[in-house]
Amino acid sequence: MSEPLADVGESPHALELDKLDVVYKVRGNDRQVLRGLTLHVRRGEAYGLVGESGCGKSTAALAIVNYLPRNGRVRSGGISINGRDALTLGRGDLRRLRSKSVSMVYQNPGAALNPSIRIGKQVAEVFRVGGAGTEDAVEHAHQALERVQIADVGSVMERYPHQLSGGMQQRVVIAMALAADPALLILDEPTTGLDSTVEAEVLDLVAALQSELRTSVLFISHNLGIIRKMCARVGVLYAGRLIEEGETETVLNDPRHPYTVGLLRCVPRGGVRKDHGRLDSVPGFLPNLGEELPGCVFAARCALAEARCHTEEPAAHEIGGSHMSRCHFHERAQALPREIGADLDLPPVDRAADALLRFDDLGKVFKQQGQDVHALVGASAAIWSGETLGLVGESGSGKTTLARAVLGLVEPTSGGVTLDGSELAPTLGGRSAADMRALQIVFQNPDSALNRRHPVRRIMRRTLKKLAGLKGAAAEQRMIELMKSVRLAERYVSARPNALSGGLKQRVAIARAFAGDPKLVVCDEPTSALDVSVQAAILNLLVELQAEKQVAYLFISHDLGVVRYISDRIAVLYLGRLQEIGPADVVFDGPHHPYTEALLSAVPTIDGGGRDRIKLEGDIPSAASPPSGCVFHTRCPRFLGEICKTEEPPLVEVEPNHSMRCHIPIEELRRLQARKADVHA
Amino acid sequence: MSAMTDDAAGIEPAAGFIPKEASIARREMLRQLARSKTFLIGCVLVGFWVFWAIASTWLIPHDPLEQTDAILQSPSFAHWFGTDQFGRDIFSRVLAGAASTLRVAPLATLLGVTAGTMVGLVTGYFGGIVDETISRIVDAVLALPLIVIAVVALTALGSSDVTLIVVIGLIFTPPVARTVRATVLGERQLDYVQAAQLRGERAPYIMLSEILPNISGPIVVEATVRLGYAIFAVAGLTFLGFGVQPPSPDWSLQIAENYTLLSAGTYWWTVLFAGLAIATLVIGVNLVSDGLQQVVDQ
Repeated sequence: MSEPLADVGESPHALELDKLDVVYKVRGNDRQVLRGLTLHVRRGEAYGLVGESGCGKSTAALAIVNYLPRNGRVRSGGISINGRDALTLGRGDLRRLRSKSVSMVYQNPGAALNPSIRIGKQVAEVFRVGGAGTEDAVEHAHQALERVQIADVGSVMERYPHQLSGGMQQRVVIAMALAADPALLILDEPTTGLDSTVEAEVLDLVAALQSELRTSVLFISHNLGIIRKMCARVGVLYAGRLIEEGETETVLNDPRHPYTVGLLRCVPRGGVRKDHGRLDSVPGFLPNLGEELPGCVFAARCALAEARCHTEEPAAHEIGGSHMSRCHFHERAQALPREIGADLDLPPVDRAADALLRFDDLGKVFKQQGQDVHALVGASAAIWSGETLGLVGESGSGKTTLARAVLGLVEPTSGGVTLDGSELAPTLGGRSAADMRALQIVFQNPDSALNRRHPVRRIMRRTLKKLAGLKGAAAEQRMIELMKSVRLAERYVSARPNALSGGLKQRVAIARAFAGDPKLVVCDEPTSALDVSVQAAILNLLVELQAEKQVAYLFISHDLGVVRYISDRIAVLYLGRLQEIGPADVVFDGPHHPYTEALLSAVPTIDGGGRDRIKLEGDIPSAASPPSGCVFHTRCPRFLGEICKTEEPPLVEVEPNHSMRCHIPIEELRRLQARKADVHA
Repeated sequence: MSAMTDDAAGIEPAAGFIPKEASIARREMLRQLARSKTFLIGCVLVGFWVFWAIASTWLIPHDPLEQTDAILQSPSFAHWFGTDQFGRDIFSRVLAGAASTLRVAPLATLLGVTAGTMVGLVTGYFGGIVDETISRIVDAVLALPLIVIAVVALTALGSSDVTLIVVIGLIFTPPVARTVRATVLGERQLDYVQAAQLRGERAPYIMLSEILPNISGPIVVEATVRLGYAIFAVAGLTFLGFGVQPPSPDWSLQIAENYTLLSAGTYWWTVLFAGLAIATLVIGVNLVSDGLQQVVDQ
């Protein structure tokens, strides 16, 4: 066994970054990505590094393991791991550092595992590299997988990565990362690709292991709720500079930098809804990569900024304890003016009138390798003009299939859709121009939603021609109007999508969806690819458009805070079956379906505390072979007994406008769920 | 209340982020090509032969078809590359020989790539039964020995530039179709295709105006690869006597007419220079192709 890295006993820190400057060389010029990043992770501590995309989070992680892309380098500053300088290591020492002292877990576990090697062999290899014999290594691998709470380790070891779910894959990656008992574990957005119930399980696991093994953790995330749950201290990164740092509770409850203040205000939380007012957003954009910023990095977007902010870099002000803020005016950061516009006049939804859109017993069966996959089973609901129906559920629950069937992009195998009382053709080919105009969509990923070869003008003009029948000057005028209504500056008309940021692209996509004055717009996770500050602006825009045009939304999202903010009513899907549908507040406040209850409890909130976690056992079953009886019975925390296994409960109206598919009577659920709240209070 | 200022500020881009009318990406691509040695050397080689294909009529020292008594002379000042068995100047014939290859091969490639792109678009976009049927036919064609089909077709149709172009073009259609189909399958899943369907676009518009511009890179690369093969195909068929006919100074024809002399051991110049000409042109085309590939893949 090779000599381990000297464990310098006197260093209290697992990781120390000292005035770290990292630059990327782009076309011959050095562009600064990290600006004097100074932080430390104490032994056994979990430290959260939070920031929006492009702020340098991942660059910091890569610099620590000396794995920067070829055009990147550390220009100055120091990195020490366990008290040992990590920048001056030779090749052999560097290898030992990576194998023994630092481990990293990335966002996408599927890409971190070798697809052609069985799990057992793959995990054992880590131990073999560490010096164990072949048999010992397999033994260790077995134990490592047990440690990450994988049930039936024997069979998992025999499988290939693609045969495991995302959550299982991430457990395997974590097991491998912990194999060498590293001094520092870096987790870079480890749960971003996972469903909320699975995410909660993985986070619980990491928290348990961290306290058990006393591993030092650097946790990188854009999600403040997760950071709150996982980390004792947090650093907020903006444009490569640490602008605020301190105990997590302190920073989130008493932020002292305008950026942190703004970021916290962007997130819809605490049950805030669209009729309570609009969300706050952080105006402006991140500075460009490597832009010269002589003063405060945030000055250009800061409503509190004064002349000196643009010229003089703020020092790291100590605010008591370990709380630090790099703001000249940290004592009045929380007085940051709110950017909320005039209150909206959201007209009430008239549900006495006929519904705008109705789908009845809608079902879709896909053929997959000879198997029938029931993606959607007997879904019925209605949407009225001017309202938002939120659609929640984990991946594979049928949300997207439902939306696509409504739009006519997939042909349903049962049931149908009516618009304004008249039946719609099952596929687009049979629908009239008016029907097409009435139903439009905003996609999740603005990159793929806009043709990257077409400038904005061409995208808009073509859509106006097809949907509104406008040509020439009339089309040009309408295009300008539409762009104004989504707050897009006119000069973007000649830009191609790749020249626009994600938020701007999504505005173009929204303008396109509204070109033919639609009656219903499907919003398929329209903000999940965006940063929170941009998300807030897009949500505000959608609400404004709804108030103005009385459009209805079918709003799909896995982010419950977002859904609650924008929805009037919410439908919960599980394995293709509607489990619960009702007014947003009722669905959220309960009594709710046990699945809804579990979903809600899985979400880590910025406010902390709140609900007790209800653990859901195991993975989501396959839609190709759904469980008998109630499809949720295999994971249900309130499993009753035999009846759940044998008989599928009907969707019944348990109270006015609130329907649920559960054998447990509503009063019983109310009692169970209320007791739980009491215990917590 | 500052609703407008808030959101107006929200869309203001940071300095230096203002998009230009011309595509930045395209300019960046050209810049990379200009820096690629592979691509530049390829262009020089191909350019050299294109120049002679056009200009040889006026610039070569001798008429490539003129027969003289000075037969089978080794290279000298009067005849740089020597003369062949009919006393024709090989230097002039090599330079003039570029024309036939560069007339047939690019047109055959154009035909093959165009037809292949159409088939690939249709199979990739529609999928299902259409795809199954056409793809099986494509597979069947790919399984046949192509040179045999070409020989049979050219014998039946008679050899001319036009039949040569058509036959080689049709033979190239299936492999191009297969490549294009694979690219279309990836592109078809992107949401902009669904967005187009949702505004009522018809399939031909979506294929040609939405998808095609996004897959032009791989198609251009495929075309250059095919061009290299087409040059070989023309040379091979001509050598066998089914392609360009005498007395054309075509390179492959020169080799075919003179290679028997090689057994005498002394008349190497009658074959060598024509062979080098084919080789440099094909290498040039392949270098261009590699250079494009590297840039497109990025």
